[in-house]
Amino acid sequence: MITVEATGLSRSFGEGELIVHAINELDLQIKEGEFVCLAGPSGSGKTTLLNMIGGLDHPSRGMLKVAGQDLSNMTKNQLADLRLHKIGFVFQSYNLVPVLSAVENVEFVAQLQGVEASQRRQMSMDILKEVGLEGMEQRKPAELSGGQQQRVAVARAILTRPPLVLADEPTANLDSVTAENLIDLFLHLNAHFGTTFICSTHDPMVMQRARRLIRMRDGKIEEDIVRDTT
Amino acid sequence: MMRLLAKLAWRNLWRNRRRTLIMLAALAVGVWSMIWMTALMRGMLDQMIEDSVNNLSGHIQIHAKNFRNDPSITNSLTNPDEKLLQVLNHNEIIGWSGRIKVPAMISSERYSLPVTLVGIDPIMEQSLSFIMQTDFDGEMLATAEDNGIVVGRKLLEKLESRLNKRLVITTQDKNNQLADRGFRITAVYSAKLQLLESQYVFVSLNILQTMLSCENCLSEISIKTMHHDNLQSLKDRIKSVAGDYEVNTWFELDPYTESMLKSMDGFIFVFIIIIFIAMSFGLVNTLVMAIFERTREIALLHALGLSPRLITLQIVIEASMLVLIGLIAGNLLAYLSIWPMREGVDISIVGEGLDFAGISSVLKPSLWLSDIAFANLTVIVLGILACLLPAWRASQKAPAAAINWSDT
Repeated sequence: MITVEATGLSRSFGEGELIVHAINELDLQIKEGEFVCLAGPSGSGKTTLLNMIGGLDHPSRGMLKVAGQDLSNMTKNQLADLRLHKIGFVFQSYNLVPVLSAVENVEFVAQLQGVEASQRRQMSMDILKEVGLEGMEQRKPAELSGGQQQRVAVARAILTRPPLVLADEPTANLDSVTAENLIDLFLHLNAHFGTTFICSTHDPMVMQRARRLIRMRDGKIEEDIVRDTT
Repeated sequence: MMRLLAKLAWRNLWRNRRRTLIMLAALAVGVWSMIWMTALMRGMLDQMIEDSVNNLSGHIQIHAKNFRNDPSITNSLTNPDEKLLQVLNHNEIIGWSGRIKVPAMISSERYSLPVTLVGIDPIMEQSLSFIMQTDFDGEMLATAEDNGIVVGRKLLEKLESRLNKRLVITTQDKNNQLADRGFRITAVYSAKLQLLESQYVFVSLNILQTMLSCENCLSEISIKTMHHDNLQSLKDRIKSVAGDYEVNTWFELDPYTESMLKSMDGFIFVFIIIIFIAMSFGLVNTLVMAIFERTREIALLHALGLSPRLITLQIVIEASMLVLIGLIAGNLLAYLSIWPMREGVDISIVGEGLDFAGISSVLKPSLWLSDIAFANLTVIVLGILACLLPAWRASQKAPAAAINWSDT
């Protein structure tokens, strides 16, 4: 089954002579259960593509389907609902709600989904332990380091086992051991639950371990490598 | 879901504690001023009405047909007949009394001044007008046959006279002949309104009737009732047995106070709205600032699946919490500031100016539940409406524009 399907996808910013084509006539299919790594220099369109796949931005032209739903026909509330139930996000910064503790941040999506309080609290505690944040559950984001905040965000993104996880530089603020552990966790979820991962990264370790590496340049796919890393 | 939104709203409210406290103080002072000022205005008006009723008018008056155009003894009533007495002696009537009220000149050895000469039956007047309840020096009239004259303190000062001295009253009798008579000052009264002290002098009814060659005649019958909120039905009943006489309620006789009463609700409405508008600038500014500071965070909530509708709701809940805390503080402040004034506040320092407007020098605030409800509802409803626009705009922000991904 295809999780992401883009045909003739374009996204432009500005007008006239100042127009910038961040994504230019891009065709892409990502199947369910793939572990995709988007690589490429700054300005190559990785972020814009992630934004559009996550329903955070609208294409200027072309068709984009996520989890079988055509995003171009969806309202803001429908897109929010899609994100809530189908997509997990890990942003590079501004990942956490500052007024909520680590565990409250992790259980936020589950709470929105209506998961029962004691169940979601237990799940959140377990996953925080899994990402190495045991004992820091009640800390506010301001009391956590950048790497710890990133791990809380990862825990939140995967807690409800969404079919698709979009991650922007998930290892950028982590030390090499934690980064390795995080990718291990991603790969574990990918292998055992069929979660599709799309990560943008500059980290060679992530690129090396991804099962599919898409190199982008000037809003287009320059290279699309599918490999067996097992 | 509501618990989550309420938790976010509450914690966000206290993120910038100083700003929130300043806004709360502004809201509390605004609400306090709405309620406090309204209570003072109502109290002032209540006092005006009470004074108007006590200052000889009563709730209802009966006059001869032309008396109000020409208040001389030629336009007089006779003592009430059986039918009228039946109505006047009904148990809903607190009291009634017939009086003579004529314009006259009063003279001491030094000065002559115009006054209104009132002939009263002191016994009937007991529960009716201020004169039998006010402070006085000397010996107050006790029966309708007493010989003395009761004058106000202010008038006595103007006449440069004193207790037990004689004054001469000159007026016209029933036959339009000059009638004059000397009276010994037996009592000097003080009134809430200095205007009354200068205007009214009192003698006993029978003495005045004799002086005016008008046995059994009256200028007016004044009536005070328990059911002063529904005077029309009593007026109608009196009118049905009063023949050709004119029957008027106090507000027909005192159109100034009536117009004040009628315009008070509108005045309070405008007053509350003006205060709210001033407050709303602060409220909206606080919310806009709070939202502006949280643009990325709101976009994050959006990205995590909180719908625009729920984002709007969360900000509305936040504003509602702010408004509600402000309301509670404002109401408490209003109560605490009105409670010590419940027995009235002496404002005689500005007595002369207030006197001119018919307001007594003791101000007792009057707190109406409807005024409190109106002030609170205005702040809640308009407060929430005022925050809808910034809340809605926050919810409409494109999340991608606010969230900082690693690069483009």
